[in-house]
Amino acid sequence: MAFYRPARYQKPFVILLLLALLVLPPALYAWGQAFYIGFATRILIFALAASSLNLVLGFGGMFSLGHAAFFGAGAYVAALCMDNGISDALLAFPLAMTVAGLLALVVGAISLRTRGVYFIMITLAFAQMTYYLFVSARVLGGDDGLPLAGRMTLGGLSLTSDGALFYSALGCLALVMTFLGRLADARFGRTIQAIRDNEARMEALGYPVFRYRLVCFVLGGALAGLAGALLANLTGLASPNLLQWTQSGTLLVMVIIGGVGYLYGGVIGALVLLCLEEVLVGFTLHWHIGLGLMLIAIVLFAPRGVAALFGKSNG
Amino acid sequence: MTQLVFEQALNGLQFGLMLFLLAAGLTLVFGIMDCINLAHGSLYMVGAYFVAAAAQAADSFWIGLGAGVAGAAVLGLVLELSLFRQLYRRDHLSQVLATFGLILIANEAVRMIWGAQPLLLNPPDALSGPVEIGGFFYPAYRLVIIAFGVAVAGLLYLLVARSRVGMWVRAGAANREMTEALGVNVQGLFTAVFVFGAALCALAGGLLGPLLAVQVGMGESVLILAFVVIIIGGIGSIRGALVGSLIVGTVDTLGRALLPTLLRAALPADAAATLGPALASILIYLLMAAILFFRPQGLFPARA
Amino acid sequence: MPLRLTALAAALMLAGSVHAADRIKVGFVSTLSGPGAGLGVDIRDGFNLAIKQLDGKLGGLPAEVIVADDQQNPDMAKQTADKFLKKDKVDFMTGIVFSNIMLAVGPTVFENQTFYISANAGPSQYAGEQCNPFFFNVAWQNDNLHEAVGKYVQDKGFKNVVIVTPNYPGGKDAVSGFKRYYKGKVAEEVYTKLGQLDYAAELAQIRAMKPDALFFFLPGGMGINFVKQFVAAGLSRDTQLFAPGFSADEDVIKAVGAPMMGMFNSSHWAHDMDNPENKRFVADFQKEYGRMPSLYASQGYDAALMIDGAVRDVKGKVDDKGALQKALEAKHFKSVRGDFRFNSNHYPVQNYYLRVVGKDAGGRITNRMMGTIFTNHADAYVSACRMK
Repeated sequence: MAFYRPARYQKPFVILLLLALLVLPPALYAWGQAFYIGFATRILIFALAASSLNLVLGFGGMFSLGHAAFFGAGAYVAALCMDNGISDALLAFPLAMTVAGLLALVVGAISLRTRGVYFIMITLAFAQMTYYLFVSARVLGGDDGLPLAGRMTLGGLSLTSDGALFYSALGCLALVMTFLGRLADARFGRTIQAIRDNEARMEALGYPVFRYRLVCFVLGGALAGLAGALLANLTGLASPNLLQWTQSGTLLVMVIIGGVGYLYGGVIGALVLLCLEEVLVGFTLHWHIGLGLMLIAIVLFAPRGVAALFGKSNG
Repeated sequence: MTQLVFEQALNGLQFGLMLFLLAAGLTLVFGIMDCINLAHGSLYMVGAYFVAAAAQAADSFWIGLGAGVAGAAVLGLVLELSLFRQLYRRDHLSQVLATFGLILIANEAVRMIWGAQPLLLNPPDALSGPVEIGGFFYPAYRLVIIAFGVAVAGLLYLLVARSRVGMWVRAGAANREMTEALGVNVQGLFTAVFVFGAALCALAGGLLGPLLAVQVGMGESVLILAFVVIIIGGIGSIRGALVGSLIVGTVDTLGRALLPTLLRAALPADAAATLGPALASILIYLLMAAILFFRPQGLFPARA
Repeated sequence: MPLRLTALAAALMLAGSVHAADRIKVGFVSTLSGPGAGLGVDIRDGFNLAIKQLDGKLGGLPAEVIVADDQQNPDMAKQTADKFLKKDKVDFMTGIVFSNIMLAVGPTVFENQTFYISANAGPSQYAGEQCNPFFFNVAWQNDNLHEAVGKYVQDKGFKNVVIVTPNYPGGKDAVSGFKRYYKGKVAEEVYTKLGQLDYAAELAQIRAMKPDALFFFLPGGMGINFVKQFVAAGLSRDTQLFAPGFSADEDVIKAVGAPMMGMFNSSHWAHDMDNPENKRFVADFQKEYGRMPSLYASQGYDAALMIDGAVRDVKGKVDDKGALQKALEAKHFKSVRGDFRFNSNHYPVQNYYLRVVGKDAGGRITNRMMGTIFTNHADAYVSACRMK
């Protein structure tokens, strides 16, 4: 796959979208659909989580089946913060990112020494270990998860209102996407994509491939942790569901639907999947069948195949 | 005390052997066709549903078991010819995506046909009580399951180690291209392996149905354990699948039985009951990670 | 499962000082899949039967019941509750089976000032310190049925009992309830995982302890599997089983059958209770659904009648929370279990009976009323409740 290059119309389009999102909450209030502000926030949060996976998978070329571990860890850190008196998001969110990043560091340092299908499996193993670790502790709520007593405050601003949380999530997503966009074009981004496309050549050129990959993996983990902390605020619960391998699968599906390796792949994928769910569930309960068929269709009939988007499969 | 050890050992054996039925099919598909099949757990679930439905219709467990396994084999054939044949050439990401989609379809289809509530499946009346073995008691039905597991293990051993088909299977697992070049009908072999795997899944599902429950989503949790087993044992190796499943079965049972008792010395009963099984699971995944790190090809590597 | 039981829209109440609703919306979240599904389905069927008998109305107003499956998952239940409260703007909520889910959903419902009429989950937390004016339980407080069994086991002179219960708030309440009245030795408190289906490991441990009685609380599919495996392991020869009505009702009997004969259990209701409301309920339920109702169905039925009575009292003005609360507390409906009243913490004060599983006149295996264990029994937590 070639290096990521933003389309010419991308920047104006994104700015327009941002403006539309800024007026969304008041518009929804006016239409009496205030409930959907929470739904929109959910999309933003999953867009962030999927983008963090896109960084690892699409740009870094690392097929991690354990990304949910970092997502869930962020949520639990947020819940623990609330439990222990840290209710300021300006403290809790960076803490969630740090913990998730550290977890990714440990997992990555070990996993990235393996290749191919073994890498896939070992990330899965670590994600499951994280799940059982979190579920085993009574203090973390066991199977029921850890509830948050309320929403956090961002500096002085309370996030209790749905609108406030929406704008915070939007702000985080906008910052992260700007960062990722810059990263993709910068030397780090070029290098990591080059490693994805041809690892042997980059090794031969003397690049510390392992280190680049690890940094990319940790970054992805930290960003997933941020998304998790936001989600915990939205739902009021750090649930063990967030750590399960099926959650990793869902994030993967989002990235693939949206476009692996495209900057906004995660965003688009999250938007499509969550909107599809909301719309279809009104028509038929069994909308999952449609989604499953769509996934299979993507695999079988995608013009260049999913592999072409992904580049050479090198673990 | 000896009764306790004896009973728990048999429990671990029973669990391990059922895992083996699942892992055997999975390891062959993964080993020979290099295909990650996340829907393997769904084959187990659908197989269990077929058995339960047939058993209810025929009012007989054994007929239900036979019919269910046959039905699952047919389903496996259909899936292989239509979908999986296309997936072999694809990369792992595509396979994960497609089989994930298959899981969604399977869960929803089952819910549509049989409803959201679990199906009832009872063991044969003759086997619903205990047997006495030298002064010890053990549920008769579980013994039958163990017998089935041992029989399948024996059959697979004979098949894989002593038959021509088995030789092709081993060759295919070791080096697919070479096997193809040597003129073996690899396409047909793949189909046969897949169908056989599906039948084994259904057998496991049908046998475990009376003990557990035939319900939507029953495949997901067991699928992960099957992957753990084949990684530990070695992808493509039947022997590895057997050893791996016995290890996992034993650790899990010991974890549920022994650990809470040990932990109770330090923790209140309910905390110990939460921590015990979780620790056992962590141990299993730790073992899996260790194998992947130090000896990725597993305990009994099949690949050349 | 979103099922809309919509009736004709009719403008009913004329202007009062408080706006009167034109229909009553009820958000029904329950466990409709997985091993606990039988309970949720029974509660739902009982609830819907009552509404059907009332011509699709609650309190004279058309009723709309929105049903959703929580998949026995607190996260899912919370999301659904949010949707019901904020999007569908339901007037009442009900349906939750398991106490851990109840505790997860409760705060959101109470904050929204919507009344929750619990047809099953009766956590001790909401009976005592965390009692809330917006929470009503029409069934029992979790401990109650277990207290009744505890008293029976104590009176019968058993000395060495093993307790088996799932590791969640309802299970903990079961243990406290049982031990409040059973004063003998508890050989072991075995905590299993909620939703666990294979008890081989636990049964082996239990066999080693050689108890003379085993008290278990495993609702739904968990109990079915446990009893079957208990009998299969040959433990039924030496150890007698005791359970609250939850693990000995129609769903378990249908699945397990003859091995359950002779099992004593406790309940606040039995289908052979002799009052006209119950007779009508049991007959109509069998006609409508083709099976005998369980105690869960009777609870769902009573929950609907309770809402009906209260809405009737306030003449449809469900926005007047104070009046509605008083109406609910006044309990203007006839329950199928006979008379009872609400305590100051909104939990019932009622009788608890002994039942035994045996054959009825028609040769069918079912429960039979044997006697009364407690009369006008209140829960143990009410004194900690500071609700005005």
